[in-house]
Amino acid sequence: MTLMTKFLSASAALALTAGAAMADPAVLFDLGGKFDKSFNESAFNGAQRWAEETGGSFNEVEIQSDAQREQAIRRFAEAGNNPIVMAGFSWASALGEVAADYPDTKFQIIDMVVDAPNVRSIVFAEEQGSYLVGVAAAMASETGTVGFIGGMDIPLIRNFACGYVQGVLAANPDATVIANMTGTTPAAWNDPVKGSELTLAQISQGADVVYAAAGGTGVGVLQTAADEGILSIGVDSNQNYLHPGMVLTSMLKRVDNAVYDALMAGDALEAGFNVMDLANGGVGYALDEHNEALITDEMKAALDAASAGIESGAIMVHNYNTDEACPVYDF
Amino acid sequence: MDLLFNIQVWDSTIRLATPLLLACLAGLFSERSGIFDIGLEGKMLAAAFMSAAVAYTSGSVWVGLLAGIGASLALSLLHGLASITFRGNQLISGVAINFLAAGLTVVVAQSWFAQGGRTPQLAGAARFEQIELPFASAVADVPFIGPIYADLISGHTILVYFALLCVPATWWLLYRTRFGLRLRAVGENPAAVDTAGVSVIGLRFSAVMICGVLCGIAGAYLATGLQAGFTKDMTAGRGYIALAALIFAKWRPWYALSATILFGYLQAIALRPDLIESSFGFEIQGQLLDALPFIMTVVILAGFVGKAIPPRAGGEPYVKER
Repeated sequence: MTLMTKFLSASAALALTAGAAMADPAVLFDLGGKFDKSFNESAFNGAQRWAEETGGSFNEVEIQSDAQREQAIRRFAEAGNNPIVMAGFSWASALGEVAADYPDTKFQIIDMVVDAPNVRSIVFAEEQGSYLVGVAAAMASETGTVGFIGGMDIPLIRNFACGYVQGVLAANPDATVIANMTGTTPAAWNDPVKGSELTLAQISQGADVVYAAAGGTGVGVLQTAADEGILSIGVDSNQNYLHPGMVLTSMLKRVDNAVYDALMAGDALEAGFNVMDLANGGVGYALDEHNEALITDEMKAALDAASAGIESGAIMVHNYNTDEACPVYDF
Repeated sequence: MDLLFNIQVWDSTIRLATPLLLACLAGLFSERSGIFDIGLEGKMLAAAFMSAAVAYTSGSVWVGLLAGIGASLALSLLHGLASITFRGNQLISGVAINFLAAGLTVVVAQSWFAQGGRTPQLAGAARFEQIELPFASAVADVPFIGPIYADLISGHTILVYFALLCVPATWWLLYRTRFGLRLRAVGENPAAVDTAGVSVIGLRFSAVMICGVLCGIAGAYLATGLQAGFTKDMTAGRGYIALAALIFAKWRPWYALSATILFGYLQAIALRPDLIESSFGFEIQGQLLDALPFIMTVVILAGFVGKAIPPRAGGEPYVKER
């Protein structure tokens, strides 16, 4: 009997906490984990900034496998969380299944488009930010060979690579770009050992600047680049501080802004398709005390010119996703 | 054939093969004594985490290495307790260890360092340094032999050389000592060993402990030798590839060396699509190269090329009397 009472009071307590969580927003992170020093961490920072500024609280989950996606979305929606923000393209298929079942809940997905009346889709113009760091890479390179290391081989990452190659070739038409992908499964986001070996392989082919767009794998790339004395370029979050003076710059993808804006909007989150690009501050490159010595005045001028050109439309950076092809690099 | 004569590819092969080799020899000891161990992955992961965490806090990579071995030993003991003392199912115990390590490392790392399941970056004495062998820079200019000595043989961390020494040591221990004879016997016919008055339990526990030590070194090599810190799931399936290598090597130490070098080489050339293309004139998908170790293991298991016969008493808990 006492056991029964315990169960009853425990479930009552659960029900109470569930009630208290009502209408809090939720942030769902991808497999890389909340503190990947990159994409997910940027999303977390945005949510954290919202929480600090408004005093609100949000619920969150870091999933451990693909199988948990639909379950996670349903649980947060059932618990009354609104809006629900998902960081990562991999959420798309699960969200596509679930969104219609919760018409009153607002969802936001980052990096992918889900067409539903209650879903706000945010995509970033990664090719523009990558173009800028490509310009910087080509100008910093002494060998004329630069490298790119992607995580999982998907169109999103190819878009990074394509924009980067365009930037490199714009700054130095004779440059060679070596592009490698870490793998074709989600494990490719968390294999720093392979990232290191890829970096060494590219160095042996002459690369002296490598750009890592590879989540947790990038930690190994940046480490090896610093150990071997070549420059690297970080991605998504500002990674310049990881190896001060050895990271040329970081391609910033302001996932934090996208999450912050969504949480600010709350219930009133507008559904639809949104592009965060250079013009509205969605992408860019990082310049801080850790890399200011590496970015020369000449480089800075070229980067400013390229930014202005992209914003005004004078420079058109090809987006891989539009036709699944890259005019300057054959994958 | 650029692929065969590229120093960088072979250099990469050695680094990638080392954790496989250590884990493969670890599995060899355990399985030769009749204890199947699919928890190699979990033990490496736990060791990788503990070695990085302790190396960071203590500032000494050697203390980290000991801590990594300790973590791996603890999981080994758990495996021994479940499968030797309590005669549980060895496969289930191994799977449990893998899950336990995958979850615990991230949770503990988060509560210690609050960096999301990773340790801070290691620097200086908290990492294994690359060792320059004597005269490496002097002979580097000698054609052919110079680069091989200076770039390929020299310039690895001490754990690489230790792993290579483990191969003859394992062979000697298994085939030239009394302990080795008993260890092999207990994996084939534990009742006979017991009749001879030797403790089956004791032998199996010592094999499982050796397995723990080697897995610990493999994990520490990943986190403090190859990398500068632990990141979650950083073993990335290497424990399973080591198991495949063990079957491929038919549970023999020298074959284990060649199997892990082969698998390491496959991983290394997967990183150089440019060389593959220039050697063969066509592209080979990286996925195929990644899958080849497992495909070859299945071919061996199916008996197409030689036959892989596991230790006869493998997987069976020993019951003294019914």
